[in-house]
Amino acid sequence: MTTTTAEDFGGHAHDHHHDADHKPGFFARWFMSTNHKDIGTLYLIFAIVAGVIGGAISGLMRAELAEPGIQYLQTWAGMLEPGATEAQAYHLWNVLITAHGLIMVFFMVMPAIIGGFGNWFVPIMIGAPDMAFPRMNNISFWLLIPAFALLLGSTFVPGGSGNGAGTGWTVYPPLSTSGSPGPAVDLAILSLHIAGASSILGAINFITTIFNMRAPGMTLHKMPLFVWSVLVTAFLLLLALPVLAAAITMLLTDRNFHTVFYDAAGGGDPELYQHLFWFFGHPEVYIMILPGFGIISQIISTFSRKPVFGYLGMAYAMVAIGVVGFIVWAHHMFTTGMSVNVKMYFTAATMVIAVPTGVKIFSWIATMWGGSISFKTPMVWAIGFIFMFTVGGVTGVVLANGGIDDNLHDTYYVVAHFHYVLSLGAVFSLFAGFYYWFPKMTGRMYSEFLGQLHFWVFFVGVNLLFFPMHFLGMSGMQRRVPDYTDALAYWNGIATHGYEIMAVGVLIWFVNIIYAFAAGRQAGDNPWGEGATTLEWTLSSPPPYHQFETLPVVD
Amino acid sequence: MHRRITGFMMALALGAGSFLPVVAHAQAAAAPAAAANAAAPAPAGNAAAPVFDHAAPVATVGQAQPGEWHFQDQFTSTGEYALWMHNHVLFPVILVISLFVLALLLWVIVRYRRAANAEPSRTSHNTVLEIAWTLIPVLILVAIAIPSIKLLAAQFKPAPANALTVKVTGYQWYWGYEYPDNGIPEYVSNMLPPEKALERGEPRLLGVDNRMVLPVGVPIKLIITGADVIHSFSVPAFWVKEDAVPGRLNEKTFTIDKPGVYYGVCSELCGDRHGFMPIAVEAVSPARFAQWVHSQGGKMPGEDEAAPAAAGANEAAAANAADAGAAGNAAAPATTNS
Repeated sequence: MTTTTAEDFGGHAHDHHHDADHKPGFFARWFMSTNHKDIGTLYLIFAIVAGVIGGAISGLMRAELAEPGIQYLQTWAGMLEPGATEAQAYHLWNVLITAHGLIMVFFMVMPAIIGGFGNWFVPIMIGAPDMAFPRMNNISFWLLIPAFALLLGSTFVPGGSGNGAGTGWTVYPPLSTSGSPGPAVDLAILSLHIAGASSILGAINFITTIFNMRAPGMTLHKMPLFVWSVLVTAFLLLLALPVLAAAITMLLTDRNFHTVFYDAAGGGDPELYQHLFWFFGHPEVYIMILPGFGIISQIISTFSRKPVFGYLGMAYAMVAIGVVGFIVWAHHMFTTGMSVNVKMYFTAATMVIAVPTGVKIFSWIATMWGGSISFKTPMVWAIGFIFMFTVGGVTGVVLANGGIDDNLHDTYYVVAHFHYVLSLGAVFSLFAGFYYWFPKMTGRMYSEFLGQLHFWVFFVGVNLLFFPMHFLGMSGMQRRVPDYTDALAYWNGIATHGYEIMAVGVLIWFVNIIYAFAAGRQAGDNPWGEGATTLEWTLSSPPPYHQFETLPVVD
Repeated sequence: MHRRITGFMMALALGAGSFLPVVAHAQAAAAPAAAANAAAPAPAGNAAAPVFDHAAPVATVGQAQPGEWHFQDQFTSTGEYALWMHNHVLFPVILVISLFVLALLLWVIVRYRRAANAEPSRTSHNTVLEIAWTLIPVLILVAIAIPSIKLLAAQFKPAPANALTVKVTGYQWYWGYEYPDNGIPEYVSNMLPPEKALERGEPRLLGVDNRMVLPVGVPIKLIITGADVIHSFSVPAFWVKEDAVPGRLNEKTFTIDKPGVYYGVCSELCGDRHGFMPIAVEAVSPARFAQWVHSQGGKMPGEDEAAPAAAGANEAAAANAADAGAAGNAAAPATTNS
């Protein structure tokens, strides 16, 4: 077997003249892949599948929340387990919110933005033939499959009153320890361990690739901003994820081996977990958004036909956001009973982040200023991103104030805030990147009309969905509940209609993808014209299986 | 008899000035034994105790309003200051910034569209501009930080010696309230079933069987803890939210301005019925509060233990002062009556 491996899996290189576009057979190509573009494609497909599941779960949540009272939860619980009790129905709700959060963070945004676009375009943008560790790249992706399987599997085993982990994506003890008997939470924790290992390996790969495999002349200060963003993100992953791993390992031993790290009765403290979790969790939100910043920078520059304004400021603003992101974590814990001095510090430190973020917003606008802007689909998404991210950012400044947060903490205002920066921030940057690079990745053009339509429908939908949540939060509606007092019905109803419109937008996106593959015209090497100056546009669309066998020289 | 142990705990917690855990074991064993009385009324078993008529809620106070898009009206001084800070500092600032960014975007979209500007400029630096958009946000943030720090300082002002202490314990899935100053042992507060709430004119999912009753104009010191998992005690109309964490005694101080019924909800995911363990605070005049205390079989500070219901304020005043002073000296010398 070993002697024939090369033959079986397409290693014909010795027999033929060297062919950059020679692809291995189907199984070898997609299941044993070491090619950064194929792995990137796998990541994107994985993220789309996970996103559909996570998005469908939020659809269930919005359906239940459309009106006061419990409409569907009992029925759904009965479908999963005949004769389900009320407690099981409420537990199902907690399973839904937990799954939505974990899926969207760990299995949609991160795989898409880092694994997908990062894998596809970091090597190409720095003029490298592939990632530094192609086999490690393979295992990074394939670890996600068992991780996701464990998470989905956890919903079929007991986790308290019913099946599944109902702890919220934050998995706070004691709810996640003594409060959740049964193996579901253990499976969810192991899922996070494996997904974390996958991300750490990926981060090592990106850092090594970017530091060692840049083409001649591609100095750090000439790297495209998307590469900068992935570099900063990789460092955040490398430093933050081990802390999460430690926190959830202690959770696991508290649950199974009678340790008391988080058990006050044994001398531990539940707050310790929160500090560790958010020491990871706050950098995590920048992990999700920084590569989006990079994508937006490329797109704004391309469609304005101008170089990025204040390139160095942009690059080091991301570095600053990454560094400061590690010292603000306890603003997620303002109501846990911290002392006044600690609260004042975290208030001040958190507000500091607004400064480099402001630099980015203003630099994007300055890039457009004086430009010759064409409003192709990716650009429309990018402009939408800038405004929506600004709205999400300024509510972050409100929440940064520890004294103000005493009212808003754990309300829908917070839900609105983080969905504006993630669902309208990170997701807009994902769609922008998708439309920007789809012609390069597939060689096909999508329908410009459907792309624009997708934007406008989605834009209206998510704003109707999330903006009223600010009002609900100010009225005092708490997060993570399946029912609410009748006075909150109005804005909840509007939000659910917003979800429906958003879902139509996603359908248009899928139609557009089908259209592109079925009838899309051929994309040239560079469909975006003179503004597109990064190296991927010098290659064919799709790029050759192995690019840059002769390294490009950057002047 | 005053209980100053809680005051001591609070001094410990604040004095530590640290976010490292301050663990107290006092609550660890408080299993939800009270669940058995969950359905029973408040422990006013004494037939001789006077009856207390609870106030009906006012639909426009202390709860969310249909379709509203702003905060609930505030009924504490810290809440009023926080609301002022939001409405007059934060909201105008974020509104202006958002509109400014929107205006800039619209301007570049119109002015620099390809049809209007075929030849892009090659400008990629402007040091003055870059310094400006770094420094101006810093100044705005400093301007926000000043009232923000003042608000935090006000919220953390220690309770005066005459504050009323109430111990709040979060359980899966109800609240327990205990009045150590008044000798009222912990009683349980459960959500009213929807049909009962309707019957009593209480808002659905917010009305409870036994409210927390507090006097207006008197500083309140809540000592908040959790018995099983983390809960969070919140009353939006007071701008109060504090986690109920097992093994910790968290403290929250405020003074209520006006009588009324104010509602809140558990604000930390705590399991199945997280959405169904509301908080209802009934704020009453001090005289009515004394009535309520007596109806619960408790006594106001200084009242004769033997005859709680009949006790007059005057006759016990001297004993009160002596008792309070002695207790204060013994347990917490730093907080003697002033």
